[in-house]
Amino acid sequence: MKYKQPLLCCLLLAISSLSRNTAAEQATIAVAANFTAPMKAIVAQFEKTSPHQIRLSFGSSGKFFAQIRQGAPYDVLFSADQEKPNALIMQKMAVGDSCFTYALGKLVLWSSDKQLLLSGNKALLNGNFKKLALANPRLAPYGLAAQQVLEHLSLKPAVSGKLVLGENIAQTFQFIHSGNAELGFVAVSQLAALQADKRGSSWEIPANLYTPIRQDAVLLTRASNNAAARALIEFTKTPAARTLIENYGYSLPPIQ
Amino acid sequence: MQFFSAADLQAIWLTVKLASLVTILLLLVSTPIAWWLARSNSHWKGFVGAIVALPLVLPPSVLGFYLLLAMGPHGPIGAITQTVGLGTLAFTFPGLVVASVIYSLPFVVQPIHNAIEALGRRPLEVAATLRAGPWDTFFHVVLPLAKPGFITAAVLGFAHTVGEFGVVLMIGGNIPEVTRVISVQIYDHVEAMDYANAHALSATMILFAFVVLAVLYSFNKQAHQSAVWHGR
Repeated sequence: MKYKQPLLCCLLLAISSLSRNTAAEQATIAVAANFTAPMKAIVAQFEKTSPHQIRLSFGSSGKFFAQIRQGAPYDVLFSADQEKPNALIMQKMAVGDSCFTYALGKLVLWSSDKQLLLSGNKALLNGNFKKLALANPRLAPYGLAAQQVLEHLSLKPAVSGKLVLGENIAQTFQFIHSGNAELGFVAVSQLAALQADKRGSSWEIPANLYTPIRQDAVLLTRASNNAAARALIEFTKTPAARTLIENYGYSLPPIQ
Repeated sequence: MQFFSAADLQAIWLTVKLASLVTILLLLVSTPIAWWLARSNSHWKGFVGAIVALPLVLPPSVLGFYLLLAMGPHGPIGAITQTVGLGTLAFTFPGLVVASVIYSLPFVVQPIHNAIEALGRRPLEVAATLRAGPWDTFFHVVLPLAKPGFITAAVLGFAHTVGEFGVVLMIGGNIPEVTRVISVQIYDHVEAMDYANAHALSATMILFAFVVLAVLYSFNKQAHQSAVWHGR
């Protein structure tokens, strides 16, 4: 008699966890480095209301692309560009109609020095620096956009000896944050994720100086029946998630 | 058909330059350390030995990350280089040299350490009774006897620096002719989906590593046999 109640509790607990397991799934999401902060916030929101579990990997889109082609166990790719999701669809490694633009990336010129960029892009135009960091234009869309900005400002020859290239936007950020490069081009979202007193100074780059960075996400073929992956994708399209994305310094295309 | 692009050749030349310079510096730095480790009875021996061996077990990303912070304008190395008017070391060739010396240190110290320890006290005592000074002893007794150890150290130091990747990626900034070494160039090709060029360079690296190690091992075997032959 004495043991009856705890036993019952255990049984109920076992049943409830069992039933939750059948509904809940797990998905592993590969996320371009620039979208790190908003993605963490989105998943935190998502997991509050959903039984599903999300595991996140952050890195360069190029690396994820190569790994996915070799069978890496990712379920969704949040790429920093459109090229890689499209290539995955062409190769039948991603579900064709699942591709959508989840964010339009914005570029910012940033310095961890609070004074350097107080008067806009003056320091950049004057060449008042030793090193200018940007993501490698060959590998990263943010680097390509940064290159377009330099071209539009006719600064390319002037700064060519001063450029340092990060392998992606996260490493570029590291170069500037550690003070090794006085200034450089990073994603607005990265600054938005910083504490206010750590933001140094920055120059928000006019949108006409570079082609907007359309970032696409795609469901990978291996996950076409993964409820968690599909639910997360749907969640990123909700007004709540879109507001969150905008708060991190991205703009958004109208709902497709 | 051209096997390597101009950028590839630049990366190869830069890597050879870096590895040669680092090897020379490492031999100069490592010899006194190895000597002290082999001969001293200090309580600090374990401590210093552990510090020297750290790069063997630390991931390059850890070394690279702290070097980046240390070399920055607010870091200790950055403070020193700025006071002597060198600016900061990240993204420069001298910066790569400093990082590589730290990274490859155990590969050079350990063979020399072992070689000196294997000599024992006797040759030094004999030299001393013949009134040889410390430098004389070092150049005419220790160096010839421990030669295989020094050669192993030099080859390993060179080869290991050639293969370095993580540290350069963290502090290098991928600048052509300054910091873009072979390993970074390969990474660049792979990330840009240019697999043909990645293959050419990678295969060359494998061939190089294999030849170096094969020569080293056959040389060591010979050295060992001749040492036995001479009754050592």
